[in-house]
Amino acid sequence: MHEAAPVLQEFPLLFLVPLLPLIGAVWNGVMGKTMQRRFGHAAIHLPAILLPAGSFVISLWAFLTLADAPHGTSMYNHLWTWLPVGTLQAEAAFLMDRLSGVMALVVTFVGTLIHVYSTGYMKDEPAYWRFFAYLNLFMFAMLTLVLGDNFLLMFVGWEGVGLCSYLLISFWWRDREKAVAGMKAFVVNRIGDLGFSLGVFLLFWGLLTTPASPAPAKAHGEFRHAPAAAQEAPEATLATSIAFREVEQILEDPVKRDRIVNRDILGVGLMTLVCLLLFVGATGKSAQIPLYVWLPDAMAGPTPVSALIHAATMVTAGVYMVARLHFLFTLSPVAMTVVATVGALTALFAATIGLFQYDIKKVLAYSTVSQLGFMFVAVGVGAYWVAIFHLMTHAFFKACLFLGSGSVIMGCHHEQDMRKMGGLRKLMPITAVTYFISCAAIAGFPFFSGFFSKDEILWKAFDSGNMLLPGGGVILWAVTAIAALGTSFYMFRSYYMTFSGEYRGAAAAHGHDASAVAHDPHGVAYDSAHGAVHGAPPADPHGHDSHGHHGAHLPVESPAAMTGVLAVLGGLALVGGYVGLPLLWGLPNAFEAWLEPIFAGTAERVTSAGFGHGAEWGLMGFSIIVAFGGFFAARVLYKDGRSPIPARLLASPSPLVQATHRTIFNKYYVDELYGVVFVKGSLVLSRGLAIWDTRVIDGAVNLAGTIGRGFGFLQGAIDRLFVDGMVELVAKVVEAAGAKIRRIQTGHIQAYVQGLALGALALVALAYLLAW
Amino acid sequence: MTVGLPQYLVVSGVLLALGLFTIVTRKNAVAILMGVELVLNAGLLNLVAFSRFGGGLDGQVFALFGIVLAAAEAVVALAIVLQVVRAQRSVDASKASDLKE
Repeated sequence: MHEAAPVLQEFPLLFLVPLLPLIGAVWNGVMGKTMQRRFGHAAIHLPAILLPAGSFVISLWAFLTLADAPHGTSMYNHLWTWLPVGTLQAEAAFLMDRLSGVMALVVTFVGTLIHVYSTGYMKDEPAYWRFFAYLNLFMFAMLTLVLGDNFLLMFVGWEGVGLCSYLLISFWWRDREKAVAGMKAFVVNRIGDLGFSLGVFLLFWGLLTTPASPAPAKAHGEFRHAPAAAQEAPEATLATSIAFREVEQILEDPVKRDRIVNRDILGVGLMTLVCLLLFVGATGKSAQIPLYVWLPDAMAGPTPVSALIHAATMVTAGVYMVARLHFLFTLSPVAMTVVATVGALTALFAATIGLFQYDIKKVLAYSTVSQLGFMFVAVGVGAYWVAIFHLMTHAFFKACLFLGSGSVIMGCHHEQDMRKMGGLRKLMPITAVTYFISCAAIAGFPFFSGFFSKDEILWKAFDSGNMLLPGGGVILWAVTAIAALGTSFYMFRSYYMTFSGEYRGAAAAHGHDASAVAHDPHGVAYDSAHGAVHGAPPADPHGHDSHGHHGAHLPVESPAAMTGVLAVLGGLALVGGYVGLPLLWGLPNAFEAWLEPIFAGTAERVTSAGFGHGAEWGLMGFSIIVAFGGFFAARVLYKDGRSPIPARLLASPSPLVQATHRTIFNKYYVDELYGVVFVKGSLVLSRGLAIWDTRVIDGAVNLAGTIGRGFGFLQGAIDRLFVDGMVELVAKVVEAAGAKIRRIQTGHIQAYVQGLALGALALVALAYLLAW
Repeated sequence: MTVGLPQYLVVSGVLLALGLFTIVTRKNAVAILMGVELVLNAGLLNLVAFSRFGGGLDGQVFALFGIVLAAAEAVVALAIVLQVVRAQRSVDASKASDLKE
């Protein structure tokens, strides 16, 4: 339509991008323990860092080649035909186009930095080798997901990152709570994965069973296997391909597109169903309502893992998937509306939970959920480049925030409760500065990276003409703007609680903070991450008392490996947005121009509500007010811990305040609700099924057994009476005959002679008679 | 009246009948042996008679053999009888019935 078919340019080294981390994972997984014992930590992290760095270099090379090539070209590397099944050819092939190129760069760059950071954060870890093996395995899976040429390969990566997420969340698996968190993440992700795979199956089925040429006798809209279509076998169906670019190409033909768009299943459009199922997969992986519950618990993992997997890369896989499949999602206005609505609701919902969390990582986790919601708003309204833009800037500033929190946690001797921090700006200056920059970026201060991407999302949502509800874009904008206000507030709240005022760790270590504990019935839950203490008793309510003596030492700045990474990421959080400057300012938007060819094919289906530049300027101003509003509110309430208002509010006797706080503090009781509905529900169901099993199924089996026994008894009786009877009858007859006949054996020799003579006479007589 | 084959056969039959009668009726084992001799000689007489009126000399030679064998047989039989007498102090053949069922 808009241009010729995509040109594939062979780039034979592309397979190395995922392969190099895999080599590292296998090497460290197999040899790591020995190497670590013999040669120390450097033998582990040198290959573990250099191999992903090699991936980054190759990605960059491919990316630059791509930049030189004309529009529509993709770097392609076909390895082998993986599954030739009937007409389906699943290839093991990697493809780097402009979209996956950006993703691959973000993943390899941030990933490599976090590997470097981990050398500092995990330096006291006995299972150092295992950690790096998992991290490298994750890089492999993520890059397979990003660079995979078709749904199947993407699914391999999709499952692989889920596995690595599970392995890394429950990295300290001796702690029961962490093992449970990993399990929760895995199970919740499985629910999403089921949706994803069903979506792919349904799409493939739809393409396979839709005839390419209209069956002459059938009315339009009714598609069955017409016998006539079998004559032209290659044209019989729309497609049997599962490669993204081939499906996209087919859907660019308006005739074929109409044919599949008009298909219904159970009264729902086929495309809508496909997109919604795929989106279920995205909600699982990217932690959206209703499947977001695993992400906050995933903070049980080591902090670099939270930064890499649960903030920068893996959780954005859902956003990437929707953007990758823009040619499907733009076909279904229902799916687009659902995606945007779920995104906006998640953004707001998670932002409100973030307001009252005390665990610094939990704040960041809910912030991640919220920011992912922003990205889904962007893909939902068809602003794909904006979503990827925000994905990239978010990867920078959120990774920086997480790594900063890791630095803080390490400085505070594995303390995660912000009430026991404070005053760290003087003690950990680099961490504080980078954390502040990233907070400013995520809050959307002007000229920070998050400003450009978030503001663009808000504007695109406002201006969207694709929502089913008229004026839906404005509602989306209002919801996300409130979420943005909340974001700004809780991020600076976390900054001021952590870095301003006086250090409260020494006092807090003795557990005097009675009022705080009283308001925190789940206080034990925050004692979850004292990483170096392997095998600490999981139920120990005084887990931190073992660290009590640390309270005397003040936190110190983290080693250079960590602060260096923080500086790089903080710098990118500051300037990373300049690749996507708003067109409104009359400046070139390199990022949009770069991704434009990818989304050009569907651009005509993404409509604008027609608001002018005036509205855009207005919204931008409003965004700035929102960002600073949240900032100043947090500054007034939490700077230096002097303001009495938060404490007074917490102590407020008003039932309204108390109930609201308790509800939000306990995350709206969603975990409890899921626990009752799904966990208890499935337990009750399983118990019911067990009763059904023991009573009905076992009863039926026993009945069958009894009947069998009855038949056996019957057959035995027949055997005993008839068959044995016959055999015994023969024996009895012979025996009886013998008893009778033996009488003639008298022992009298003369009697024998008599018999002999009479017999001979009888024979003579017989012979005589016969002759006669 | 000429003496032909039938006359011989009749004599032979009479001998056989007398022999059998002796065997069956007498209790004395020696007497039974004598009956056996009668039966044997009835047979030999037949052989000789058929040889004389029918074929060559084969039957007569066979009869000679039979006489010699009869002598040997009588020796063996008498030895058995002697053993039986020694075992049960009697020559009554009907008492030697240890092999009955």
